[in-house]
Amino acid sequence: MFRKFILVTLTVFMFSLNANAGSDGNLILKKNQPAEVKDCFENLNRATFAFNQALDGILFKPVASIYRVLPSQVKAGVSNSLDNLSNLVTIPNNILQGEIKKAGVNSGRFVINTTVGILGFVDVAKHLGFPEYEKEDYGQSLAAMGVGPGCYLVLPVLGPSTVRDTTASIANFIGGDAWYNVTVVNDTQHFSDFDYYASRVTSGIDFRAKNYNAIENLEKNSIDFYASVKSLYLQDRQQKILNTNKVIETQDDSDWEEIETQ
Amino acid sequence: MNFKKILIIFSLYIFSLNNVHSLEPDIFVQSTVNRASQILSENISKEEKINKLKVIAKETVDIKGVGFYSLGTARKTLTDNQKKKYSKLFESYFLKSFSSRLAEYTNPEIEVNGKKVLNNNYTIVNSLLVGTNERPEVKIDWRIYTKNPDNPLIRDLIIEGLSLARTQKEEFASILNSNENDINALFETLEKFSKN
Repeated sequence: MFRKFILVTLTVFMFSLNANAGSDGNLILKKNQPAEVKDCFENLNRATFAFNQALDGILFKPVASIYRVLPSQVKAGVSNSLDNLSNLVTIPNNILQGEIKKAGVNSGRFVINTTVGILGFVDVAKHLGFPEYEKEDYGQSLAAMGVGPGCYLVLPVLGPSTVRDTTASIANFIGGDAWYNVTVVNDTQHFSDFDYYASRVTSGIDFRAKNYNAIENLEKNSIDFYASVKSLYLQDRQQKILNTNKVIETQDDSDWEEIETQ
Repeated sequence: MNFKKILIIFSLYIFSLNNVHSLEPDIFVQSTVNRASQILSENISKEEKINKLKVIAKETVDIKGVGFYSLGTARKTLTDNQKKKYSKLFESYFLKSFSSRLAEYTNPEIEVNGKKVLNNNYTIVNSLLVGTNERPEVKIDWRIYTKNPDNPLIRDLIIEGLSLARTQKEEFASILNSNENDINALFETLEKFSKN
């Protein structure tokens, strides 16, 4: 009951924020500029980053290197299944962001891929011409409502985040993620806690394997790997919040312009 | 023939000359990519590949411009001597970093599939790195500096929407912040990277 109360309160709070904040794209763009995000806990973040790197070397990197050699159809299938599960967080966030049509499209995608696509292994919806899938989460919804990112954070194991995104992720554990509800919260006969945590770990390995060379390359050629990862993460978040990969919308040209006049 | 006529003919000549020599940004990117791909698919040592890629980078990238962009607001406080030193150090750093990154790829297939003119100085060229069994396909956009249309230059690579120049700029800012904005600390870091 208490959990339901919190969920309802959070939803009402988010809707009211949405109504008040409006959708000032420029303001959201400015708030989420990577250079604007303060690194208030830099020393702690760097220590956590070093810990994560060590963990990556011991666990994620070796497993990802094995995962990479699996047949591409298997890897694509696993990736599709994980994307399909993520719809369960994306759909409520489409609604929170007022994108009802997208929520409908993603619900259709989830139903088709879960059934015809054999638990999401095959992205049938894509073959049927559904638009490209864009993941959404509670952090993005808060950002779309005008909440700034707060300080940059590096979480143990989970990696880069911000105060806003970390806080918002609590919604996943109080009813906002149907997959978490049917695996961890509710005692169902079909799923167990293991299924949830296995899907999260697989998701991490899938990400590491997809970006295997890029991460190695970046680490080798960076003069401050921590700063590079931070910048790339914040740029990526900014684009996801704005639902765009259009360079023109996210790139601040003022510095380039200044170089012209030098 | 009066002076006015000579002037008109001369202007037309210059205009036609410009049209003949100006290089479209998308064609420039495709030809640059083709040159790099050819080197990467050659049966030569990695060291030789890196050296050949450095030559292409020197010809096609505005290294000085990227360097000053990467420096951010710190460039405003540099003396002329510091600027000279920085440009030299940045070029060595950039060429090493850029060519080492590229040399990891074997026979990359890049398809140029569009462009968007931002203004007289910039055009964004869109391309796609074709996926393989080892990596997914990757969208790569190129920020091309077109102030001199006869000699377009690359100023940034935007991979899946993530700008390499911006990342580099924030990396440099981090080094300066950690060293009380002492430019010599950045010089030392760049020098160390280039020598290793």
